[in-house]
Amino acid sequence: MSEFKQTFNSSLGKKLIMALTGLFLCTFLIVHLGGNLLLFKNDDGYSFNAYANFLTHFPPIEVIAYLLYLCILVHTIYAIILTTRNRRARPVGYAVQTKSPASWSSKNMGILGAILFLFIVIHMGDFWFTYKYNNILGFKEYRTNLVTGERTVTDFKPEYADFENSVATENNVEIVRVKDLHARVAFSFSHLWYVIFYVIAMGAVAFHLLHGFQSAFRTLGWVHRRYTPIVYFIGTWLFAVIIPLGFAAMPVVYFIQSLK
Amino acid sequence: MQAVSGGYNYKKITDYTTYNPVTHNSKNMSGNMNLTLKVWRQKNSQAAGKFVTYKAEGISPDMSFLEMLDVVNESLTLKGDEPIHFDHDCREGICGMCSLYINGRPHGPKKAITTCQLHMRSFSDGETITIEPWRSAAFPVVKDLATDRSAFDRIQQAGGYISVNTGGVPDANEIPIPKVIADEAFNSATCIGCGACVAACKNASAMLFVSAKVSQLGMLPQGQPERYSRVQSMVAQMDAEGFGNCTNTGACEAECPKEITLTNISRMNNDYFSAKLFREEHAHDQNGD
Amino acid sequence: MSLDAKIPQGPLAEKWSKHKFNLKLVNPANKRKYDIIVVGTGLAGASAAASLAELGYNVKSFCFQDSPRRAHSIAAQGGINAAKNYRNDGDSVYRLFYDTIKGGDYRSREGNVYRLAEVSVNIIDQCVAQGVPFAREYGGLLDNRSFGGAQVSRTFYARGQTGQQLLLGAYSALNRQIHLGKVKMYTRTEMLDLVVIDGQAKGIVTRNLKTGEIDTHEGHAVLLCTGGYGNVFYLSTNAIGSNVTAAWRAHKRGAFFANPCYTQIHPTCIPVTGDHQSKLTLMSESLRNDGRVWAPKTVETAEKLRKKQISAAEVKEEDRDYFLERKYPSFGNLVPRDVASRNAKEMVDEGRGVGGSGFAVFLDFADAIKRLGEDTVRAKYGNLFDMYYQITDENPYKQPMRIYPAVHYTMGGLWVDYNLSTNVPGLYALGECNFSDHGANRLGASALMQGLADGYFVIPYTLGDYLATIGPKPVDKNHQAFEQAKQDAIAHINKLLALKGTKTVSEYHRDLGHIMWEYCGMARTEEGLTKAKGLIQQLKADFWTNAIVTGENEEINAALERAGRVADFIELGELMVTDALMRRESCGGHFRLESQTPEGEALRNDDEFAFVAAWEYKGENQPEQLNKEELVFENVKLTQRSYK
Repeated sequence: MSEFKQTFNSSLGKKLIMALTGLFLCTFLIVHLGGNLLLFKNDDGYSFNAYANFLTHFPPIEVIAYLLYLCILVHTIYAIILTTRNRRARPVGYAVQTKSPASWSSKNMGILGAILFLFIVIHMGDFWFTYKYNNILGFKEYRTNLVTGERTVTDFKPEYADFENSVATENNVEIVRVKDLHARVAFSFSHLWYVIFYVIAMGAVAFHLLHGFQSAFRTLGWVHRRYTPIVYFIGTWLFAVIIPLGFAAMPVVYFIQSLK
Repeated sequence: MQAVSGGYNYKKITDYTTYNPVTHNSKNMSGNMNLTLKVWRQKNSQAAGKFVTYKAEGISPDMSFLEMLDVVNESLTLKGDEPIHFDHDCREGICGMCSLYINGRPHGPKKAITTCQLHMRSFSDGETITIEPWRSAAFPVVKDLATDRSAFDRIQQAGGYISVNTGGVPDANEIPIPKVIADEAFNSATCIGCGACVAACKNASAMLFVSAKVSQLGMLPQGQPERYSRVQSMVAQMDAEGFGNCTNTGACEAECPKEITLTNISRMNNDYFSAKLFREEHAHDQNGD
Repeated sequence: MSLDAKIPQGPLAEKWSKHKFNLKLVNPANKRKYDIIVVGTGLAGASAAASLAELGYNVKSFCFQDSPRRAHSIAAQGGINAAKNYRNDGDSVYRLFYDTIKGGDYRSREGNVYRLAEVSVNIIDQCVAQGVPFAREYGGLLDNRSFGGAQVSRTFYARGQTGQQLLLGAYSALNRQIHLGKVKMYTRTEMLDLVVIDGQAKGIVTRNLKTGEIDTHEGHAVLLCTGGYGNVFYLSTNAIGSNVTAAWRAHKRGAFFANPCYTQIHPTCIPVTGDHQSKLTLMSESLRNDGRVWAPKTVETAEKLRKKQISAAEVKEEDRDYFLERKYPSFGNLVPRDVASRNAKEMVDEGRGVGGSGFAVFLDFADAIKRLGEDTVRAKYGNLFDMYYQITDENPYKQPMRIYPAVHYTMGGLWVDYNLSTNVPGLYALGECNFSDHGANRLGASALMQGLADGYFVIPYTLGDYLATIGPKPVDKNHQAFEQAKQDAIAHINKLLALKGTKTVSEYHRDLGHIMWEYCGMARTEEGLTKAKGLIQQLKADFWTNAIVTGENEEINAALERAGRVADFIELGELMVTDALMRRESCGGHFRLESQTPEGEALRNDDEFAFVAAWEYKGENQPEQLNKEELVFENVKLTQRSYK
């Protein structure tokens, strides 16, 4: 065991932890974006609310979710440890700012990461915490005619305070009662300052991953003449362009809709 | 013996009056550049340092950067002031002794050269040049612009070798090595140990230096027996010296006068994780291997 | 006095093996009772320190640089010779021996040179085992190239950085022994004096260049691996720090200095641009394979070129003098280094030199580019062209390079016998520091070979014999000789620090360089050398009254270091001139105008001068005494070199 301790206490071991947690968070982003695209479905939040309900009530997902929170924390803590050590490695700085041609994002991972951490705290507080521990969210009842596919939606007032969800089928009509996170999303994204904050944060995601994704591969030592260009391609187009754009589109679209 | 003066005509060199060292004026400067230098002066590793401004006048664009400093030092010496101390030796870009952080870049503004290969034509007349020593906790300043880079030696001592004694080795051609491997190992082996990678890195990390040696020996068949113990020993020593961590910014690669690539770092990481997580080999122990 | 080189009896090919058998051995258990001092960490020093430590001796290793890896062996470009005959082109140990003896113009020892050729094959094996990345062919085996002065391909190389790779190999072996605790490494430490007790070398005095601390170190033997003294010329291809101090102080303690006038001047260096120049940069002589050397036919054309009224390309073919091709139709541009250098100097002396200073001739690749295409030329010489462009700001693809000879290597050095022992028992000299193997001219790719041969494969055997003789009794470090030598060193430093005159040490060095280059450079005469001797004596007197040395001892003080080195160079310069005056013949790099063949080649006088001149120090301002070691040639016939 002490050998593991020694390994993960070494500079490379700490970097390994950063790389692995980082890549795990990257894969999460793909899933998260996929799920959230349901916001664009024009179905009065049915799919989105059902998805949110599924995420919070399916045990294996819950385990993964806690692993995710752990990764965020570990990634952050190790970033702080590494940064502190890096600062100590150069106690006297240069008088002239470096003119090295290294990329801007690679030099500012700390600031970008700090923005992201702040974002995650606000984001989770606003949706995850509200969803799980706050009772301010209302419920929706979706009635879907299984023959015609017609769907109606009404507000729903549960009889008991600890009601979470229910699914039932009566006379070929599926009745789904779930927490209405969709309304919360629409409410939050109707504030301009909130939308701006989200867009900035997604910019930070873009630059953080522009360097971070390929850097993780370098740290792991997975570099190859043939495959590294593919890693760069994915890191740039998927993680630094498509994913942040996809996430940023949500508040922007909802804000524009709220103006109508 | 008979003195014969065959086809040669050495008229000029038999005219021995052309040169008289007593009247010879060695200060005929051809240059006309005037520069302002902001130079870090620090008496020794304990003393506090500060920037001092000097004028460098009559500088020729053909001078190397170090020759320009020589000129400044000559004038300081004539005034009885202490010359600026800087490390230098071969002055042809191979010994790795010269350093200097010039206007925000190790070895100055040009790519793939050392400070001794930098010429004053890379600067313009009237320019202000700020000259700083390498900044790293692991490279303490010993005087003015010179730093102590013995941390690099200690890392090499920890395992940067193949343990063979003199004699008793196989014939050189008994170990065929694919040309592409030999060439790549050579690329890693061209490191001159100047420390520009550490100076350039925002984290003062020594990964490029360490990985160049780990890669060179790790790629060659001769280096295989110690491949996994070597990387552990060298990384452990690197950490003990107080260098920062690599964040793959690539500043080291961009500033390396020998253009050592970041790929070396990845190779080292790979070997290190294999060694630590999957292999049986231990690091070299303290008293022997 | 006649010197005994202790060359073993018997047939040439058996001398070394028999000698190794006859040498006494040190019992393995006793080896750890011996302390060995090795000064310098170049190829010879690092390889010797590592090899001796591997055997079990305690080694103390010293270098003045901040790391042993910086020693100037690192700058060697071309390659290293070895009689491997991997090419099947007729090479053999005997051929390498013969080429080296002939290249040295028959002024080296047969026994030493044969041994050098013999162990050359082991060096390559050793370096490959250390991980030195030599150039390889597609089949995975080692590549070779040909080099000056040989008709076979026997040069192993690592691009243009062979010296670097070999040194890093030796450095890694040294590092391993430092790690194992068998070598104690002292960096930024300079040797100032040798400690001799009862005629035997027993230690050294050093100055810690960081703190100024003067220290003594005791050992059963002292190995000087401190390189050559080319910097006596001020401008040379040597590193700025390369110096003669360790060897010179040992000389003043009794070690003979042999053949100091033998210096090698390399023809293809980048010319001087002005008095600010601090060193010269060499470009591999392989450039002469495709480049054509020329100068303008007339002084008038040269004048126009110097004033930049016309460009080199504008000089018509009929106005150009391809002087090497004209004079040496069979060898053309590929004549040996000394011949090419002398001819370039002749052009300049006739007023036909080019470049701003007039101290250069052209090396033109226009024909090669026309014939082979720019890409092929780039593939072959790209790095050299880049280096030239970087230094001169002139594009050699568009206009001819300017080249001029520069001091590159010194064949002379401390006198050593077959065992690499100087005449002071216990004091050894290895590598360029000794005089032994290259005679009056060194062949390309032989310096690396000699440094490593001495360190890896000669000294580990020969040193044991001496150590077994004296026994493992610890050296008495309280002997008053240590304190005396230390006080002498301190007095010397104080004398230097007291100099508060009006002229910088660099200026004295530059002046010395001018004198040496002018009168003791590529061509020497009785008259010039006599004059130089006077000038150097004047310079010395002036130095000790009028130089400026700033700072104090108890700190890093580059001015003080430099002053000590220049003071020694001035004394050495006088001895070189004395030696050159004595040797009234031409041989290899030593060219006396009075002694040339009708074709203008170096004319030896074997009847009178087939000897090694070993100079003995006789005290301050006393003439040095000449001791001769007669050179005996049993295997080769002495002939006139001809490259027509």
